[in-house]
Amino acid sequence: MNGNATTASPSLFERGMLMLREKGDLELYANVFVIGWAVIFTLWQGVGFAVTLGTVFCIWAILSVSLNLVVGYTGLLSVGHIGFFGIGAYGMAILTSDTSYELLRTESIPQFGLPFFAALPICVLAAGVAAVVVGVVFNRFRDDIYVLVSFGFAIIAFNVFLSWRALTRGAYGIPDVQRPQIGSWVADGEIEFLALCVVFLLIVVGISWFLVSSSFGRVLKAIREDEQVAQVFGYQTTYYKLAIWVISAMMAGLAGGLLGSFTTFVDPNSFILLESMLLVSIVILGGLASIRGSLLGALAFVLLEEGMRFITYLPSEFIGQVRQVVLGVMLVLLMLFRPQGLAGRYKL
Amino acid sequence: MVATDQDIANRDGSDAPASEALLDLVDISVHYGAVIGLDKVSLAVNQGELVAVMGPNGAGKSTVLKAIMGLAPVVGGTVYLRGEPLDVATHEIVKQGISFVPQGRRVFTHLTIEENLRLGCLHVGDRDEQERRLESTLDLFPILRDKRRDYASAMSGGQQQMLAIGRGLMAGPDVLLLDEPTLGLAPIIVTEVFEKISEISQVLRTTILVVEHNIQSILDIASRAYILNNGRLAHDGSPESVRETDILTDVFLGKVGDEEA
Ligand SMILES: Nc1ncnc2c1ncn2[C@@H]1O[C@H](COP(=O)(O)OP(=O)(O)OP(=O)(O)O)[C@@H](O)[C@H]1O
Ligand SMILES: [Mg+2]
Repeated sequence: MNGNATTASPSLFERGMLMLREKGDLELYANVFVIGWAVIFTLWQGVGFAVTLGTVFCIWAILSVSLNLVVGYTGLLSVGHIGFFGIGAYGMAILTSDTSYELLRTESIPQFGLPFFAALPICVLAAGVAAVVVGVVFNRFRDDIYVLVSFGFAIIAFNVFLSWRALTRGAYGIPDVQRPQIGSWVADGEIEFLALCVVFLLIVVGISWFLVSSSFGRVLKAIREDEQVAQVFGYQTTYYKLAIWVISAMMAGLAGGLLGSFTTFVDPNSFILLESMLLVSIVILGGLASIRGSLLGALAFVLLEEGMRFITYLPSEFIGQVRQVVLGVMLVLLMLFRPQGLAGRYKL
Repeated sequence: MVATDQDIANRDGSDAPASEALLDLVDISVHYGAVIGLDKVSLAVNQGELVAVMGPNGAGKSTVLKAIMGLAPVVGGTVYLRGEPLDVATHEIVKQGISFVPQGRRVFTHLTIEENLRLGCLHVGDRDEQERRLESTLDLFPILRDKRRDYASAMSGGQQQMLAIGRGLMAGPDVLLLDEPTLGLAPIIVTEVFEKISEISQVLRTTILVVEHNIQSILDIASRAYILNNGRLAHDGSPESVRETDILTDVFLGKVGDEEA
């Protein structure tokens, strides 16, 4: 596109560089590669694996799409999203789990025994309420401080999960979290649960798409670029920032509720700061302000995590590290050659 | 458009605005920490006027406009709009009828031209009115109509300046504040921008307060001019009065500033 006039015949390297910078091509290759990878895994490992993969993908896709609303569209670099995810998961666990059979009586926690579908809206609301509180505080800070205070929020949330033992059982975690149930029909089959997750993912993607294409989304993008000018034109930017922050957190709470029910066991280790960092990497790799990019990023991430289990000669304790190294290397490479991510238009 | 040559220095120090001025700044002081941005600057703009603010770099010209928009740390004085103190938050000011086109254009480069323009009038609830404003702005700047679906980042500096002014007009202002609208533009584009500014003033009858460094061109179309130096008012009066005195050379060569120091 812009390299045609400089040299008559570009070297292979130059053409490669050019290809990487051309948005359409790289995005297409990435899509083909990641989806192809998923298909190959499914053929190799069977449908059961694909169902697990799909469910985990839906949960992480909800997370990354929702985080992109804040980081990508509004330009608020938050690394604390995992906190809202955790609130959703713990909400589901505390409200639905039946710990009466637990042997560890010392760690008994209140019993609510709510059904899944009653607990899920409460998870979403709880994340929303937490987001209002956190957001009102965060709005006092300049955008470049955001990353630090959101970092603090992630750490605080983790420590609450770990230390508020009367509610969370601390490091023991909460077992026997309920699966969805409508009447006598229990979605304890993995396929049913996947279907439910797909529905929620579609809802989240639909809401997100509607928001970013609306005039509300236009204001978010304006805030991202020049908050002061947005104010000059009559937008109370703190209100917009708080609104999208709360909406995004509620989506993360939903993802958390699904995760708790899916794994039927919730403990603090799923909500460490590192997971939050990985989530931010997914959003950046996939592309800021691109919903498609976040879906792609989430799929690649989940493949990396779940797929690595089948590399039999890799000791299981290294899987986590290898996943992080691969993600780290990809992040560095992409920031070098395509700072706008696979499908995005913005740079960080 | 009669130049009303108010002698602001003669005010008796009371906080009352001049009754007929549309926009009236009385003894505005701005302190950026230890740096004094403005020191008791008074300035009035009457209905329908085109008022120029001039002065060397760092004189406080932008600060005057920012003080009106609530974007500068004002430590003293009052801004009056239609005789009423204008003490509302920045995002409320556009609804009062003041629109600001900042220095350096600051268009939203990742949005299309049409999206940029629409952002200028979203506070107007009425859809039909929004469409009408869009059409009249696109009529005023045909180049924007041709490129309305393009991203603002794909535009030249001159086109971005037209977009910035157009976005300001979308708010339907009674007073348009323009900060250095010709900065960094080629001479031919500068001429075009000046033509647009006088068109907005003459045809749309919008009151304009403009900061400008192209002194001769702006004096040709301005009704009155203020000259700032070191955060203080060095002169105000008709364009002729500015041309007759040596005030411009004095200010720009730093003579006035030296005396004060
Ligand atoms: N945000 C700020 N923080 C500290 N000092 C500032 C700030 N903005 C402006 N100043 C100072 O206030 C004074 C006036 O600045 P202002 O931007 O109003 O000047 P100006 O006349 O518009 O200059 P220019 O022609 O360069 O645009 C300058 O000394 C400047 O350094
Ligand atoms: Mg300036």
